[in-house]
Amino acid sequence: MLAYIFKRILTLVPTLVAASILVFMFIHLIPGDPAAVLLGDTATPEEIAALTHEMGLDRPIWQQYIAWFSNVLKGDLGESLFFKTPVLTVIADGAETSILLALMTMFWIVLLGIPIGIWSATHHGTWIDQVTSGLAMLFASIPTFWLGLYLILIFAVGLGWFPSSGFPSLSDGGLSNLRYLLLPSLTLAAPNAALIVRLVRASMLDVSREDHVRTARAKGLSPAKVAIKHVFRNSLIAVTAAFGFTFAALISEAVVTETVFSLPGIGRLVVQSILRRDYPVIQGVILVIVVLYMVVNLLVDLAYARLDPRVSLQ
Amino acid sequence: MSVIIKLQSIFAGRKLAALGALWLCLVMFAAIAAPVLAPFDPLEIDPVMRLSEPGAPYLFGTDHFGRDTFSRALFGARMAITIGVGSVLIALVFGGLIGMLSAYFTTLGHLLMRGVDVLMAFPALLMALILMTLLERSVANTIIVIGVVYATTTARILFGMTLKLKNDVFIDAARCSGAGHLSLLFRHILPNLISPLLVQATFIFAFAQLQAAALDFLGLGLPPEVASWGNMLSQERIYVTRAPWLLLWPGALIILTVFSMNLVGDAMRDSLDPRFKDDIAGV
Repeated sequence: MLAYIFKRILTLVPTLVAASILVFMFIHLIPGDPAAVLLGDTATPEEIAALTHEMGLDRPIWQQYIAWFSNVLKGDLGESLFFKTPVLTVIADGAETSILLALMTMFWIVLLGIPIGIWSATHHGTWIDQVTSGLAMLFASIPTFWLGLYLILIFAVGLGWFPSSGFPSLSDGGLSNLRYLLLPSLTLAAPNAALIVRLVRASMLDVSREDHVRTARAKGLSPAKVAIKHVFRNSLIAVTAAFGFTFAALISEAVVTETVFSLPGIGRLVVQSILRRDYPVIQGVILVIVVLYMVVNLLVDLAYARLDPRVSLQ
Repeated sequence: MSVIIKLQSIFAGRKLAALGALWLCLVMFAAIAAPVLAPFDPLEIDPVMRLSEPGAPYLFGTDHFGRDTFSRALFGARMAITIGVGSVLIALVFGGLIGMLSAYFTTLGHLLMRGVDVLMAFPALLMALILMTLLERSVANTIIVIGVVYATTTARILFGMTLKLKNDVFIDAARCSGAGHLSLLFRHILPNLISPLLVQATFIFAFAQLQAAALDFLGLGLPPEVASWGNMLSQERIYVTRAPWLLLWPGALIILTVFSMNLVGDAMRDSLDPRFKDDIAGV
């Protein structure tokens, strides 16, 4: 197992370096001279020349990359053009909202996705199964922002049960501020919980055809015990494997959800930075998300190997 | 005749999927016949009639410019099909080629598939957002961006399926009878992958609709003047309390179309060769 962990981390390094080169190249792919783009329309040629030198843009590109990457390793992602503060601080400011949103969303996904998936699989072929898997597919077909807008319209504007937008930090107002995240987290959870329902159902049906399940049934275990102990536990392997994919979907949809609900998170930061042309922030956020996504995938692979020892022996 | 039998086997006992297919035909028809069917010019502004309720003569009501929502929805169908078909073609052609060539030529494959791995380290919408930052907002660029994003998944899927096929006996037989690389790839391997590719195409089409709508909503997709379902939602959302129907129609159209495509894809996947079933990444 240790050898497997080591090998997995080692294979991550080239991908990480290549991804970081892509992220680095981003600033250089913007049409026009990067220094001129960063300074905006009002810049004089002298200012542009000065910034070009300061950023090292007059040096060979590989030297620029090494300089940039060593800064990144030191935690220096540059300075935001809009806020005039370090990019890392700007990202850290959005982290609380995004992390809490992610946790609440995962809570809903697990709470709704897994039991409904089990329910659907154990009633395979009945109308319960047809309705739940049909509904799951329907929820996976709804645009996130459309669902969010209607939840706001019904529960915030119409009934007035929840706030419609924004999120004050937990440090001023305490845990009750979590009510700001209730509608956003449900919006974000809906399509992903739907995918988990379908996944749990499909993998439980796969597992239930295996020999060890037949043996469990033959020795007289109750259907519920077979379903949970023998089928569901094994089907979790496939669910774990799909978690990386779910995480990527969550990040993508969080960008939209945070925009709909005007949450001060990292997802909305990406969109606003793009609209403001705040390139250092865009670059920094992308790098952070890509690294985070890789770490999640690594953890998923390790968990997968732990659950299914055959993987690490291959 | 064989097409009819094939369709029967796909939709037999799947009424919902058959209804989905019917809806998609309707969208296709609306897309083709939009100029004939639309009672008004989708871009014509009539400030007097702004935010009219659904009824005659405005079936779906009017938006805040007084444009006819029904006509815009019809032209939106045209945009939905254009974006869906366009991004599917890009994803399948580029992703398909990369995947097949990588599986067939092992050394090249190591290089290309590592590249695909790197691109897949970027979550889909984030990748699309980055590319849209670098490009201008236009129909063509939106199609290219969505196509490129799904080309990576397609490449990985085709890579796996080609690997399974390339050591089959019939490939050996073709090689022994003198078939070259091109002939092996495109006359012997590719025809076996057409059905799974079609299934993959339905799922890409469905994802592309959601992705395009999300880009429109964020103001980074199609140019604002284009009549698309995503743009209709994005531009009218501030009027939602006064005119809730403005969000209802385009939203319902997107949901119905994506849902139908997913149903059809799901039905098609079940009638696939079992070897390839697990390769397809759908809903």
